[in-house]
Amino acid sequence: MLVLGVLAMQGAVSEHVVSLKEALAKLKAAGEVRPVKKPADLEKVHGIVIPGGESTVIGRVAERTGLLSSLKERIREGLPVLGTCAGTVLLAREVLDARVGKVEQPLIGLMDMKVVRNYYGRQRESFEVDINIPALGERPFRGVFIRAPVIESVGPSVKVLATYDGFPVLARQGDMIASTFHPELTDDTRIHELFVELALKRD
Amino acid sequence: MERLEDLREFFYGLLEARDRLRDAYSRREAPSELRVPLRGTVVVKRGFARMQKGGVCMDVTNVEQAQIAEEAGAVSVMVLDKLPYDVRKAGGVARMADVKVIEDVMDHVTIPVMAKCRIGHYMEAKVLESVGVDMIDESEVLTPADEKHHINKWLFRTPFVNGARSLGEALRRIYEGASMIRTKGEAGTGNVSEAVKHMKLIMGEIRTLRAMNDEELLDAAKNHDVPYELMKETARLGRLPVVNFAAGGIATPADAALMMLLGADGVFVGSGIFKSADPESRAKAIVLATTYWDDPEVVVEACRMTSEKSSMMGIDVKTLKPEEMLQLRGA
Repeated sequence: MLVLGVLAMQGAVSEHVVSLKEALAKLKAAGEVRPVKKPADLEKVHGIVIPGGESTVIGRVAERTGLLSSLKERIREGLPVLGTCAGTVLLAREVLDARVGKVEQPLIGLMDMKVVRNYYGRQRESFEVDINIPALGERPFRGVFIRAPVIESVGPSVKVLATYDGFPVLARQGDMIASTFHPELTDDTRIHELFVELALKRD
Repeated sequence: MERLEDLREFFYGLLEARDRLRDAYSRREAPSELRVPLRGTVVVKRGFARMQKGGVCMDVTNVEQAQIAEEAGAVSVMVLDKLPYDVRKAGGVARMADVKVIEDVMDHVTIPVMAKCRIGHYMEAKVLESVGVDMIDESEVLTPADEKHHINKWLFRTPFVNGARSLGEALRRIYEGASMIRTKGEAGTGNVSEAVKHMKLIMGEIRTLRAMNDEELLDAAKNHDVPYELMKETARLGRLPVVNFAAGGIATPADAALMMLLGADGVFVGSGIFKSADPESRAKAIVLATTYWDDPEVVVEACRMTSEKSSMMGIDVKTLKPEEMLQLRGA
């Protein structure tokens, strides 16, 4: 049976669990959603979500318990992954902070893109707006951007699925999907469905 | 005839005043179609609090402490002029921290920065919003500026967190626009008992709510001085409609794990870290215990990282006089 994991160090874990369950129901696929806290939890999953939260916290805690290196290994071997906001920061090859500049933080670093944290400013500047994602159909997707990063540049292997204000906000490289906004804060499960379909191929 | 016109004018005036009041306390929801970005909506403000879940927000008074907190894995820092323990010792009037200190911290850490303003102090809150803090704590740890009213938090783009000791208090703050709730506990004591009491009370009250029919919910709304819709939403969700953290007296990794076990979405640690003799390792240990609260082995490991001999001394809540109880401010 399909098992989907949500990295559960910190952040919007329960929101992703709900979205994944709804996505499974919409695709009429049987599956289970589990929080992933230890390296052993990773062994059974066919796909993993790295949720929004604070990328420094998720990275540091996962590093301390040895989970980060196992995760990196599994993703390198092809485990489908969906990263949202902080998850996108962790997946990026290179990360800067808009105000502080260079930051020392543990990363997974497998997606060929450069990400700038807190690009739009602080929480005061956080916003929601409809964005077009041609690959998901004509209906716009409500993008909720919370202290969001931008994907400043991408390598040739990364496909940009949506842009907003001149920067990619949804990108894909192989079975890795990264969004700078939070689909888990909306009722729209189309991005989760895309991820579940990738995981189904692995089951 | 003229008097009838006057009367009509008067009633229209009343209706307008009512609508203005209602608008002043209304949620800012985004429309279903949104081609231009909208800031400060309910989803964006409450969403920020959701991103804090499972994390530890640490009280700090300067850049050095903020950097220690970030390095240890704090999900955010709360800037104060004095730690709650020192506020207690110093007495006098406790106010918002220096703007320069807050800006200094914002320039040196990448995690969200929160700061406290006095209860009812609209202007301190406006200053904090202009400075650009990520969340404002309208806090009973500072000396209240208004003994009667809290700030109308719907008027801000920056989200607020408020303390509560009971469900009614929590829902009143949410009605005023709070995007996050924390237990009040008894700050600056290093004694977790009041936070436990408040968390258990709130969770218990929500459980009772879930079994109520509409009629009883209406009564509960009246008794708690809370709008019926908010009471009903809470009953339907089986939890507060915003993120609910534990705060007030958390001093050890085991304290943090206990609060998570009781249903907290995350924890605030005030004096517990920087009033201890081992702030670096204690901060790391509390973060670890908060993430892995449901795994006793990891909590043990977290406990090993600290020593009880280094914990803050603490104050037994029972020895405090009513006027020394911070939690009684602003109900």
